[in-house]
Amino acid sequence: MSKVIKLRKGLNIKLKGSAEPVLETLSLPATVALKPTDFPGLTPKLSVKPGDVVKAGDALFYNKYHPEVVFTAPWGGKVASVNRGERRRILEVVVETDANAGSAEFKKGKPESLSAEEIKEQLLKSGLWPFIKRRPYGILASPDEKPRAIFISTFDTAPLAPDYNFIMEGQLGSFQTGIDALAKLADGKVVLGIGEKSVFGNIKNAEISQFSGPHPAGNVGVQIHHIAPIGKGDVVWTVQPQDVLFIGKLFETGKVDFSKVFALTGSEVEKPKYFQTILGAPVSLITDGRLKKAGYKQRIISGNVLTGTRVKPENYLGFYDSQVTVIPEGDDYEFFGWAKPGVEKFSASKAFFSKLFPKKEYVLNANLHGGERAFVLSDQYEKVVPMDLLPVFLLKAVLSNDIDKMEQLGIYEVIEEDLALCEYVCTSKIKVQDILRTGINTMIKELG
Amino acid sequence: MKFIKDIFLKTQPHVQKGAKFHWLHSFHDGFFTMFFVPKNTSKSGTHIHDYIDLKRTMGIVVLALVPSLLFGMYNVGLQHYKTIGELATAGFFDLFLYGLLKVLPVVIVSYVVGLGIEFAFAQMRGHEINEGFLVSGMLIPLIMPIETPLWMVAVATAFAVIFGKEVFGGTGMNIWNPALVARAFLFFAYPAQMSGNSVWVALGKNDTAIDGFTGATPLADAAAGNINFSVADAFFGFIPGSIGETSTLAILLGAVLLIITGIGSWKIMISTVAGGVVMGVILNIFSGSAALSPEAAAYFSMPVWHHLVIGGFAFGAVFMATDPVSAAQTGKGKWIYGFLIGILAVLFRVVNPAYPEGMMLAILIMNTFAPLIDHYVVQGHIKRRMKRAKIAA
Repeated sequence: MSKVIKLRKGLNIKLKGSAEPVLETLSLPATVALKPTDFPGLTPKLSVKPGDVVKAGDALFYNKYHPEVVFTAPWGGKVASVNRGERRRILEVVVETDANAGSAEFKKGKPESLSAEEIKEQLLKSGLWPFIKRRPYGILASPDEKPRAIFISTFDTAPLAPDYNFIMEGQLGSFQTGIDALAKLADGKVVLGIGEKSVFGNIKNAEISQFSGPHPAGNVGVQIHHIAPIGKGDVVWTVQPQDVLFIGKLFETGKVDFSKVFALTGSEVEKPKYFQTILGAPVSLITDGRLKKAGYKQRIISGNVLTGTRVKPENYLGFYDSQVTVIPEGDDYEFFGWAKPGVEKFSASKAFFSKLFPKKEYVLNANLHGGERAFVLSDQYEKVVPMDLLPVFLLKAVLSNDIDKMEQLGIYEVIEEDLALCEYVCTSKIKVQDILRTGINTMIKELG
Repeated sequence: MKFIKDIFLKTQPHVQKGAKFHWLHSFHDGFFTMFFVPKNTSKSGTHIHDYIDLKRTMGIVVLALVPSLLFGMYNVGLQHYKTIGELATAGFFDLFLYGLLKVLPVVIVSYVVGLGIEFAFAQMRGHEINEGFLVSGMLIPLIMPIETPLWMVAVATAFAVIFGKEVFGGTGMNIWNPALVARAFLFFAYPAQMSGNSVWVALGKNDTAIDGFTGATPLADAAAGNINFSVADAFFGFIPGSIGETSTLAILLGAVLLIITGIGSWKIMISTVAGGVVMGVILNIFSGSAALSPEAAAYFSMPVWHHLVIGGFAFGAVFMATDPVSAAQTGKGKWIYGFLIGILAVLFRVVNPAYPEGMMLAILIMNTFAPLIDHYVVQGHIKRRMKRAKIAA
């Protein structure tokens, strides 16, 4: 182990409803879907039309500006529908699953014996390429670029996050194969960030750095910042642990296997635990019959409470998510809520009596708990960002559309998840993640 | 509770855009959100939000001001009865009641005028009402001499809210602390009424002061070279002065609350005191200089801790300098900002006796320079980032 990095700043939000380490395998869902909206900045072009029959690993759509980047069916069957939103934007490509559809055939073989070009081609064809994201900006990696390194965080510190040590049980071999393949793409520079107790400590062909500390210590962006920060003109890639498994299995079997484990978590879940299903499964497959019966509204989130997407049971799980969280909506008025002592009110500030019970777990809802205001308090954000960064000044640079300042203040180093805690703690209820994405979009538009 | 909620919900349609009472929209919204935290839930970004909001933040600051306010009321009574020579016969409640009746109108005028203008601006701009004035409205009375005529309080408050805050875009955008703008406005606009020794002690029309009464504050005395106050009196607050500034003890209680809750910056408080002490020591060193008049030499040689307990030093350090909007915003910047406030406050007091209350001017000047301090701190940060990026590349 090369390095141990201790982070002090950050915040663990202690929510009720963490998943017990129990895995239930679910039956094949009737439909699966890919959502082009899961990929920021993508302009999708369809490769299929409703009625076409596809196998797992056959393209459903591709990137208009990089036609070699295709997005493939997680399971075979008949393309049922293409659901569109405003201005005919494609929202979902839905496939009716067929248990015997099978998988498209790809090359089988040890990554060590393949060339970087062969590996890249295989990943592109099989639809596994989109699992590689690029920093700066947190967008799809381009096949034309060569990354300085590939970073993988093997632990998630977000509220109620799944435990990858548990998910990886019995699958470390495939994980190693995936790492070997990725190492070829980056000339051997793969960096793993591991947590304090980790099953990933013996993975070979990668540099390993251990991190400890509160959320966002598990965020890959924070880890990159402490290992080798991203400067102008720099490109690194990031991949998530379960997606490394997909890559490993592809080379081991020559077939795509999109089996994926999701943690069902949150205070509104009857028995929070892990479920094995496939990528693109419907939300209802996991949530139906497993939520508490309540007289109030509940909010289902694909992902965690900080960065996830709000979904309905009839929607489909997000491409990059490994977690479903269900919390109360909290759309009620609260009588003099701001003036109560607040024993039940978890807060990063020290302004509530809940501070006296640091070990307690809380039920938090989606209420904003206040109105939006201008920036007033000044050092809240820094306390939850374990990076050499001035978040307020960066956000102000975005608001004033000052590209030089954004660059100088570190817009290349962060994406929404890295500053999500700022949005959580903000007294003024400022939409930090929206502002940051606006800034990133400006950078992409102006500098490419 | 349901009854109150129903009133607000029933009246809500009448203040919507296009409805007859839309001009009361901000007013309705302001009170509704005060009684009930709104039911708005997250639409984008994080799904959960901290329970803290600006109402609670400002509420805690107001709570931290309560000890100073209550003591101020008591002290107004105390100084009054002392001056008319009836202290021996007046009980605690006489003193407090007298003070309450003198102070309350000032507080009411400040809030009514200030909030009135805030509501009007919020309505004009279509914003929600900002809670910033809840604190300013309490600070303004506390830094007024008790005999300030109410119309002056009203004019000063209006000036502070309009020209100190709203012209910049409202709370969060202002350059100077609005309460100090009010005080400075009176100081410069009505110097005849606001200085001298008659404004610090409340006297009725028919009251006559006992022989030898000057009404001078320790600060004014010190400027004249008479260092004769008791440090204990100054610490506990039994001295004439602005309503809320006299008791260092009451201010410290507030400071403890602000520091425990993390709402006031301890960095600024500590560095302000450090700056004051350092400047005091420097003046002590030069107190032997032959170039000084005897009065000045006496003030120069005053022990440094005296500076911390007289005048507005403690009040300014705890409640004024720490205003997060007008203070420096970077960590390093806060240390520099506070330290310079302390230095300037003591320097102004001692070296320029025309302005005995150096704290007010020191904070206003440093408010002005806070963005500059931040600018250099941010430039330093950028330089460090650039260097690091080069090493990595």
